[in-house]
Amino acid sequence: MILAFIAFVWIFPFFWMILGSLKTQREIMAIPPTLWPKHATLSNFMKWFTQLDFGNYFINSMVVAIIVMLGNMVFCSMVGYALAKIDFAGKNVLFGMVMVTLMVPGVATFVPLFVEITNLHLLNSYASLILPFLAQPIGVFLMRQFMAGIPDALLEAGRIDGAGELRIFFQIVLPECKPPLATLAVLTFLSSWNNFLWPLVAAQSNKMYTLPVALSLYSTGQNATDYSVLLAGAVLVITPILLLFIFLQKYFIQGVAMTGIK
Amino acid sequence: MGVLRRRRTAIAWGFALPFVIVFAAFMLIPLLSSLAMSFTDITVQDVRTPFNVNFIGLQNYVKLFQDPRYTKSLVTTGIFVVIGLPLTMIIALAFAVSLNKGLQHVNTFFRALFYAPVVASTVAVSVVWRYILQKDGLLNTVLAVFGIQGPNWLHDTHTALFALMVMTIWRNMGTLMIIFLAGLQSIPEDVMEAAAIDGASEWRKFRSITLPLMKPTLLLGMVLQSVTYLQFFEESFVMTQGGPLDSTLSASYYIYEKFGFGQYGVSSAASYVLFFIIAVVSVLQFRLMRTKD
Repeated sequence: MILAFIAFVWIFPFFWMILGSLKTQREIMAIPPTLWPKHATLSNFMKWFTQLDFGNYFINSMVVAIIVMLGNMVFCSMVGYALAKIDFAGKNVLFGMVMVTLMVPGVATFVPLFVEITNLHLLNSYASLILPFLAQPIGVFLMRQFMAGIPDALLEAGRIDGAGELRIFFQIVLPECKPPLATLAVLTFLSSWNNFLWPLVAAQSNKMYTLPVALSLYSTGQNATDYSVLLAGAVLVITPILLLFIFLQKYFIQGVAMTGIK
Repeated sequence: MGVLRRRRTAIAWGFALPFVIVFAAFMLIPLLSSLAMSFTDITVQDVRTPFNVNFIGLQNYVKLFQDPRYTKSLVTTGIFVVIGLPLTMIIALAFAVSLNKGLQHVNTFFRALFYAPVVASTVAVSVVWRYILQKDGLLNTVLAVFGIQGPNWLHDTHTALFALMVMTIWRNMGTLMIIFLAGLQSIPEDVMEAAAIDGASEWRKFRSITLPLMKPTLLLGMVLQSVTYLQFFEESFVMTQGGPLDSTLSASYYIYEKFGFGQYGVSSAASYVLFFIIAVVSVLQFRLMRTKD
């Protein structure tokens, strides 16, 4: 019972957000605040779809998140395979480097990254939003750990049948790797969708803003107290990922349990 | 090196190549050039000619520590970690322990519910919390029912940081809860049963069995969460813009601000100080983990 009450309080901010997003501009300023909207309206959402270019930000966020997700799945599983199953010169150096950079925070690299991207003439493009996140050490760690557990005998059988490394990778190893791949997909999609500092710096025009950037820029300055529209924006940013979470809960939670990183 | 091994090495690097190229270009090079830039006078004017800058030794670092706003931002970040981290851990452990027993389905449901804030965008939840915490907002309305006159949380220098902390705990608790749940589930049943047969109380079992066995998990959670908290930024960006009177100016916010002012050298130096602090804190915590085992 106590737990149910706490749980209710815990997710109340989400309810409050949805309720607020349905209120009129007048009602949202009411003191004391009302619980249920008296005249529920979708006009705040309409404002995002008509004046505020929601579709554009949504597409930007989606494109970036999907490419980042796919890129990491491909790149990280390939290195993961090499590190887990092939004995080669330079292996320890490579793995060591990946492990060390696991700890590097985003703020440690964003200034030179900005200089670099500017000089590659990529600023304010999809490339600038995607490239820095395509190869994440956490993915390598995840894939390597899982692949190390695949029995060598399985690979040897393939080799005896005359399969090359590429075939072994694609036809034997990858099909075994669905669980970590799903976890990696969810983790990278989530972090890309919610990513903020870098897109804030790299996306320099309305055309390239992702959803969180658009919401944050709208929420500071003269619109800072335009709460009904702001809350509608928050609903629009949070809803896709919450839906994904409801359906793929297992993989979100596995991701944390396996890597300890959200 | 034998022919076979040379062949294997070639194949392995072939597999690693796509990753290595992107990783080197957008992780290793920026990481090293950040260090290099911190010793130069690079500003926004040099963005197109990054090699055309002067080496100025430790001047950026000296300048940093002479800026009272910077030292204040470090203290603010420190307070955030020293108070916020233990609170998050205690709450997460309490939730984990209460969700570890009981019905499987119910627990899965609650687990998902408490984890939900973790997946939501910080920017979006910051908007919601700003609305909750405003002068005539939900929180103060609820407090008024109990006859308490709440302050204007985000505009009061005494409460702004604390208010951000409450939101951050709400937002991050789920991650630790999941890690702790995984740790709790690895505690062998029979140890608990043996203690129960010996007549140990719930509290006694928790203190003498659960806590000691959970030590590695607790420390892992502590390391991960302190790394997150040392970098807090989005919350202050959306909710307070570092204010009022710099009371929520975090180390990350300072870095972003210096970057915004075009002082890339100073900003890089500040990044490296923070990076160094994060590394030291992590290593210390891992040391602690090893010696205590």
